[in-house]
Amino acid sequence: MTQTPQNPAPNPAAGNGSDRRGWPLWEVFVRARRGLAHQHVGSLHAPDAALALQNARDIYTRRSEGVSIWVVPSSAIVASSPQEKDSFFDPALDKAYRHPTFYDIPEGVEHL
Amino acid sequence: MSPPAVTSALSIAALPATAKYALALGDDALILGQRLGEWIADAPQLEEDLALANISLDLIGQARILLSYAGELEGAGHTEDDLAFWRDDNQFRNVHLVEQPNGDFAVTMARQLVFASYQYELYRALQDSGDEALAALAGKAFKEVSYHREHARTWVVRLGDGTEESHRRMQAGLEAVWPGVPELFEPDEVSLSLPSVAADPAGLEPHWARFVDGVLAEATLTRPTPRWRSRGGRSGLHTEHLGHLLAPMQHLHRSHPGASW
Amino acid sequence: MYGNHDTETALVPDEGDSERQAEFDALIADDQRIEPRDWMPDAYRRTLIRQVAQHAHSEIIGMQPEGNWITRAPSLRRKAILIAKVQDEGGHGLYLYSACETLGVDREDLLDRLHGGRQKYSSIFNYPALTWADVGAIGWLVDGAAIMNQVALCRCSYGPYARAMIRICKEESFHQRQGFEILHTLAHGTPAQKEMAQDAVNRFWAPALMMFGPPDDASPHSAQSMAWGIKRFSNDELRQRFVDMSVPQAEVLGLSLPDPDLRWNDERGHYDSGELDWDEFARVISGDGPCNAQRMSRRIRAHEDGAWVREAAQAYAAKQAARTLEVAAS
Ligand SMILES: [Fe+2]
Ligand SMILES: [Fe+2]
Repeated sequence: MTQTPQNPAPNPAAGNGSDRRGWPLWEVFVRARRGLAHQHVGSLHAPDAALALQNARDIYTRRSEGVSIWVVPSSAIVASSPQEKDSFFDPALDKAYRHPTFYDIPEGVEHL
Repeated sequence: MSPPAVTSALSIAALPATAKYALALGDDALILGQRLGEWIADAPQLEEDLALANISLDLIGQARILLSYAGELEGAGHTEDDLAFWRDDNQFRNVHLVEQPNGDFAVTMARQLVFASYQYELYRALQDSGDEALAALAGKAFKEVSYHREHARTWVVRLGDGTEESHRRMQAGLEAVWPGVPELFEPDEVSLSLPSVAADPAGLEPHWARFVDGVLAEATLTRPTPRWRSRGGRSGLHTEHLGHLLAPMQHLHRSHPGASW
Repeated sequence: MYGNHDTETALVPDEGDSERQAEFDALIADDQRIEPRDWMPDAYRRTLIRQVAQHAHSEIIGMQPEGNWITRAPSLRRKAILIAKVQDEGGHGLYLYSACETLGVDREDLLDRLHGGRQKYSSIFNYPALTWADVGAIGWLVDGAAIMNQVALCRCSYGPYARAMIRICKEESFHQRQGFEILHTLAHGTPAQKEMAQDAVNRFWAPALMMFGPPDDASPHSAQSMAWGIKRFSNDELRQRFVDMSVPQAEVLGLSLPDPDLRWNDERGHYDSGELDWDEFARVISGDGPCNAQRMSRRIRAHEDGAWVREAAQAYAAKQAARTLEVAAS
């Protein structure tokens, strides 16, 4: 068997990196019913993807909360930084013309 | 206070064959559900407490349906609780495998692999039973045990092909439960007398073996060849373990005859 | 799902702190939620870690007293309900550990702290569940008190904690009801059953009231937690609410509450109740309760007995990952 390389690309087993003890952390997304998007519901620990999925089923759908589950290694998530939030999100604030309520429509016009 | 009139009247021998059959399957589910319930709060990881609880709940659900049905077929007014709490060990019809103590996690997973794979074949076959109630139960339970089987497979493979210690324990777990395997597939009087209702136990074995052998191979484990095998569960002859399991299970209920809970 | 796992960096103070502190204060003042990757004062983070972890520990230790009745439940229906209930508590522990992990700690570390006695759990679980009626009393009073606390926490300023609480509160609603139903059945059953129910309420009433924490004038962390929006109501406020809610329920049960000073006060519009034994509270919290040692040793044993399983699963995952790479490379 070869050595595990330094930086294996898709290696959920490596989880959150070697600094974390125990099983890696996974984020769980559940589709509540057909027609809805998967929504983040929480996280769990599992040694690998198959068990993460099984655990997610046992933990997050005990009351038939879902019809489909995604699990994602927490370490695979790249998040925007709160420090950059001004440059990231503020520029959208002054573009009210993107919203339908920006426009005045003469009274009596329908289906618009 | 007098004990409920119904309890003393239960005679297994006098039950209609389908009731006996339902009782045997229900006892398997009840006793294993009780065993798995012992794990809750002691599992290797919190996530696994939840998984074992789910499996236990499914089994107790199956037991309730099957025992209620047996009582209904008997027609003497016995409820699921009368049957669960007022029978002595020699009136239980479960196989020995399910009454075995939990042991370590490997023993429990070995038992789960053997038994869930058996129930998988059993309920798959029973979906075509000529008895409508059993066929309906099998349809529901088949989905449940498919998950139990997958859960067991996942763990047996990880423990078998994990560390040296886990491999050793997993192999020991298999050795511990394997004497209980032949009893699962042994043709018994009750199922033989119900050709259009019951699943033929012997007929389930080849499918069971194909799946289980595949799992063992993937897990780098060896199928045990025990020198002895269990006998007698289906006719009421049990191991010493069953009495110890029933004592706490039945104690409270029996201490208050006729009470409702 | 907070990504990048750099929460540690937020712990390092730098010149920008006063500016960030102002931003944080503004969010709190505006009743907004703080999210994991936001800057937050060190003390806020520490307070939350302590509180959320203790809450999580309470959920999993709480599985023990009730779990000890799973094998003995007096009917199959009750057995199934109890398994589902105890399982839910495990789930709550899980949601809370997850919330706590967003603050930059690992569950393993939190468990170490629990096992080493450096973090505590709710003192109520150091009392024994001696009879089946205790399962009823725990559901009615202990879950009832927990719900009262938890509903208040659904508006906690820390987003992941508040969201965990919302999920937990949804699940809790059946816990209190099943407990009430058990007691109601017993109280209307045989004389022996009724006696069992009364005895359980007698033992659990005062410890349940103490779950809300020390009186406001003796609660060291309360003021700061209120200012941070971690806590929304004071200990005494919640305790009063719980008493007011429970008295009429006890009447429906036909059981008495073990407090000779319990009576309606027209002037206050609330029930007055007797002094609680805070010395006992302090004693039990500090380790000298009937079940402290038992609960901890069982928890530690389960964890230690499971170590080889957790290691095996990790070893298998590493082998599989290596195999995948080998296949990819060939
Ligand atoms: Fe809870
Ligand atoms: Fe609860």
